[in-house]
Amino acid sequence: MGKLIYLDNAATTKTSPTVLEAMLPYFSENYGNASSIYSIGAKSKEAISQGRAAIAKVLGAAENEIYFTAGGSESDNWALKATAEAYANKGKHIITSKIEHHAILHTCEYLEKQRGYEVSYIDVDENGVIKLDELKKAIRPDTILISVMFANNEIGTIQPIKEIGEIAHEHGILFHTDAVQAFGQVPINVDELHIDMLSSSAHKINGPKGIGFLYIRKGVKIRSFIHGGAQERKRRAGTENVPGIVGYGKAAEEAAATMQERTAKEAQLRDYLIDRILKEIPYTRLNGDRTRRLPNNANFSFQFIEGESLLIMLDMEGICGSSGSACTSGSLDPSHVLLAIGLPHEIAHGSLRLTLGADTTKEDLDFTIEKIKGIVERLRGMSPLYEDFIKKSGKN
Amino acid sequence: MYSEKVMDHFQNPRNMGEIENASGVGTVGNAKCGDIMRMYLDIDDNGIIQDVKFKTFGCGAAVATSSMATELVKGKNIQEALQVTNKAVMEALDGLPPVKVHCSLLAEEAIHAALWDYAQKHGIEIEGLKKPKSDIHEGEEDETEEY
Repeated sequence: MGKLIYLDNAATTKTSPTVLEAMLPYFSENYGNASSIYSIGAKSKEAISQGRAAIAKVLGAAENEIYFTAGGSESDNWALKATAEAYANKGKHIITSKIEHHAILHTCEYLEKQRGYEVSYIDVDENGVIKLDELKKAIRPDTILISVMFANNEIGTIQPIKEIGEIAHEHGILFHTDAVQAFGQVPINVDELHIDMLSSSAHKINGPKGIGFLYIRKGVKIRSFIHGGAQERKRRAGTENVPGIVGYGKAAEEAAATMQERTAKEAQLRDYLIDRILKEIPYTRLNGDRTRRLPNNANFSFQFIEGESLLIMLDMEGICGSSGSACTSGSLDPSHVLLAIGLPHEIAHGSLRLTLGADTTKEDLDFTIEKIKGIVERLRGMSPLYEDFIKKSGKN
Repeated sequence: MYSEKVMDHFQNPRNMGEIENASGVGTVGNAKCGDIMRMYLDIDDNGIIQDVKFKTFGCGAAVATSSMATELVKGKNIQEALQVTNKAVMEALDGLPPVKVHCSLLAEEAIHAALWDYAQKHGIEIEGLKKPKSDIHEGEEDETEEY
């Protein structure tokens, strides 16, 4: 196998060398506990403060509104469960969308089944954009929270976050957004967008795994999720992941500094990939909105074939991608996102997501496109669905 | 996650294709669950399976189990072919991940469906062969989440 072509940057990214370099001293010489008073403890405290400041700056937030967690899933869990608890007096109704990450959907399910909350799951259109009129209609006097993801992890669709924020704001409802895919990819200002809480994770932006944050607007009274020490303004106990925070701060700084140039290049390559695949492979569709999508996301459905087979064959060529087929999700159903945009099961099973990174080249994509063409043809040659389709169309 | 044998049968499937005017053809599974297998049998006057081909829409394990199933029934008589169980297919492939066991069930069912079609066409009854289920996922449910 030759070079590895990594096109799964929505799953995770490579830690950037400068991020790694910034982190290393906090494993070795500067290992002090930030809660200690001696000097190496103070160094850790200072490092945490710098990391927090870097992230706050990217969001247009105050430093004391950034709370570090172990990642996006923890942030999502915290935002939902703690809001539910803190605002139970006001009501027990939450609004979200049908295409959220499982960290949101399964937390909602938990709140419904175990805590007696009611959750409205708002539909999306065929491009994966949330239906704002349905969202407005779902609002009730006892609605305490609207949680809608900034951009979808599978199909890349970017939601009308500002409009949702305004609707929530007008009704005095808290607005949380899972921005795990969007942070560092699209400009975000929490004040302009009326965001009250925001989840993010470092490893999606060339930072380390195991560190995330929850932005909590000042005044939002949600409680501690992890009880213990006084870290994170007593809201999230546990000795801080200092190397992780340092790496996150550095990664956020780099992502913000390079955003314009990097995402313009990625979007151009993404469009090249989309145009060629749609033009050169018949019976193929693009999933998600053509323009309102993450700069690095392409998601296709190839009719008559199944995603896992496609992924294994791509892997043999050194190409990493992902799929929404049931076989890759470990359940019998294909991706809930692809079903929510109205795809029939068999087309959802044949999906392929390719997510570009800062170092993806046109040559990488040319190689990938040629391999996909061959693999799709080969798998269609094996497919009874394709056989039936060809025989049927031959008769007509 | 897959054994070398599964990968080998996935990369180099044996007996992939169609048989024109086959003695029996069986299709099982459904697109909803993401796997469909079609098995073609060419059975001679002595009841020997002279040739067998398959086509499969599905994951790596679905392709590999179809391929292995065709190898196991080729040259066998009908009764011997009926003895090819999903367990035999799995063993011949050096095992499958637990979530993929249903693929081997589908392979067994595909052989039965093709034999059933053969019996229907020839107006015969094959001892021990029950009408195959087209959908092996019937009654199967996703594991429920525990909190």
